[in-house]
Amino acid sequence: MIEVKNLYKSFDGKAVLKGISAVFETGKTNMIIGRSGSGKTVFLKSILGLIKPDKGIISFDGRIWEQMSAEEKRQIRKEVGVVFQGNALFDSMTIEENIKFPMRMFTQLSPEEKKKRVNEVLEQVNLEGVNDKYPAEISGGMQKRVALARAIVLYPKYLFCDEPNSGLDPKTAIIIDNLIHDLTIRYNTTTVINTHDMNSIMEIGEKIILLKDGHKQWEGDKSEIFFTDNPDLNDFVFSSALFKKVKELVQKEGHFD
Amino acid sequence: MYLETIGKYALMLKEVFKKPQKPKIFWENYFKEVEDLGIKSIGLVGFISFFIGGVVTIQTARNLSNPLIDKLYIGYATIKSIILEFSPTFISIILAGIVGSYIASTIGTMRITEQIDALDVMGVNSLNYLVLPKLVAAVTFYPFLITISMFLGVFGGWVVGNMTGMVLSEDYLKGIRYSFDSFDVFYALIKTVFFAFFIATIPAYYGYYVKGGSLEVGRAATQAVIWTSVSIIIVNYILTQLLLS
Repeated sequence: MIEVKNLYKSFDGKAVLKGISAVFETGKTNMIIGRSGSGKTVFLKSILGLIKPDKGIISFDGRIWEQMSAEEKRQIRKEVGVVFQGNALFDSMTIEENIKFPMRMFTQLSPEEKKKRVNEVLEQVNLEGVNDKYPAEISGGMQKRVALARAIVLYPKYLFCDEPNSGLDPKTAIIIDNLIHDLTIRYNTTTVINTHDMNSIMEIGEKIILLKDGHKQWEGDKSEIFFTDNPDLNDFVFSSALFKKVKELVQKEGHFD
Repeated sequence: MYLETIGKYALMLKEVFKKPQKPKIFWENYFKEVEDLGIKSIGLVGFISFFIGGVVTIQTARNLSNPLIDKLYIGYATIKSIILEFSPTFISIILAGIVGSYIASTIGTMRITEQIDALDVMGVNSLNYLVLPKLVAAVTFYPFLITISMFLGVFGGWVVGNMTGMVLSEDYLKGIRYSFDSFDVFYALIKTVFFAFFIATIPAYYGYYVKGGSLEVGRAATQAVIWTSVSIIIVNYILTQLLLS
C-alpha cells in the first residue's frame, strides 16, 4: 500500500499540487485521472521520487520516503516497476538487453536464468521473437509491452504506469489495460496508473482519483462514477456523447458491472 | 548564476565518483566508451596531426630562410610546437568538439526521452552509470591518443620537409633530437589528463541537466563544446604557468 498525505509542489511560485492525500491499495489498479495540466504527472513523479515535493509525506507499506537514506531509497526503487509515457526504453540496447538490464544490475542470476526470465515476461505480454530487435524497429504498441515486461521482470511490489495507452489504437490499448490488470492480480502489486483514457477507466479502474487544478476532486470506484453528482467528474468523464449515453443506460439499469 | 552552475557541476562529480554498483557492467561500459570516445577518433586525429605537422614545418622553414641559421632548427621548432601545444591543446579542443557534442547529445537525448528517469527509478545511480565510464575512458585513453598525434605530427613534418625539399632528412632528424627534453612530453600528457577530464564531464553536465526537447539538446551540445573549449584554454594557461615557469 502506498499512502500520500498532504502533498504540495510548486514550480516558480505556481502551485501544481495543493495538498493531495491518497491511499493506493495493494492488489488493485488505482487510477489517477484528470485533464492535461491537472498535476497527474507531477503527482506520479513525486511519488516516484523524481520530483521533490515541497511538503507532504509518502510512505511505501509504512516506510516513509522522506525519512529514508539515499541507499534505502535505492532499495525501495528496486521494488518499483515503471512504464513511462514515452516507454523510456534504452534505444542503444536490444529488447532482450532492455529487459535483462534490471536483472544484470541487481541480481546474481546466471545468463541462462536471465534469458529464461526474459522469455517468460515476453510471453506474459504476448510478445515473442523480438529479443534481438531494437526499440526503434518495433511498433509503439510493442514498445509499450516491452516497457511493461521490463517493469515486471523483477516482480515489483509497486507498479506505476504513466499514460500507458497514449498513442495506441483502441484494441491494443485494451490489451495493455488487461495485461496490467492481470499482472496486478498475479503479483499482488500496488498498481498506480495515470490516465485520461475513459476506456481504461471503465475497463480496469478499481480505485479512481480525480485531480483538478492540483486538488483531489473525487475518489471512488468505476461503478460509483455513474451515480455521482460531482460536477467536475461528470464534466471530465461524460464529456462525449457516447459516455453520456452509457451513463443514461447504466443509471436506468441501476448498476454497472 | 555561474556560481550555481559550478556548484551543481561539483555535486554532479560527487555522484559520478561513487563506487560503481556493478563493477562488471562498469568495465563493459568502459571498453565501449574507449571505442566510442577514443578509438573512433584515431583516424581524424592522425589525419589532422600529420598535415598540421607538415604545415608547421613549411611555415618554420619559410621563417628560417636566413643562411646563418642552421636548418636543424626547423625540426627543433616543429617538435616543440607539436609536443608542447598542438597535440595536447589543439587536438583536445578538436576532441571537445567531436566527443563533447556526442556526449552532450546522447545524454541529453536520454534525459528528454525519460531514459535517465527510468535508470533513477530502477535504483541505478544514473550519473555514475553514464558518466564514470566516459570519464575513465577519456582520462586513460587520451594520453595514448595524444602520443599518437605527437608522433604523426612530427612524422608529417619530416615527410613534407623531404617532399618539398625545404629541409633535408638528416637536418630534420638532428633537429628533433636537438636538446630534446622528456619533461616536455610529461608536461603534455599531464595537460591531456586534465583536458580529458573536462571533455568527459562538462558535456555530460550539459546533457544530463537539459530541459525541453531536441532543440534544447542541440543548444546543450553547443554550450558544452563552448565551455569545454574555454575550460581547456584557461587550464592550459594555468598548467603552463605552474609547470613551465
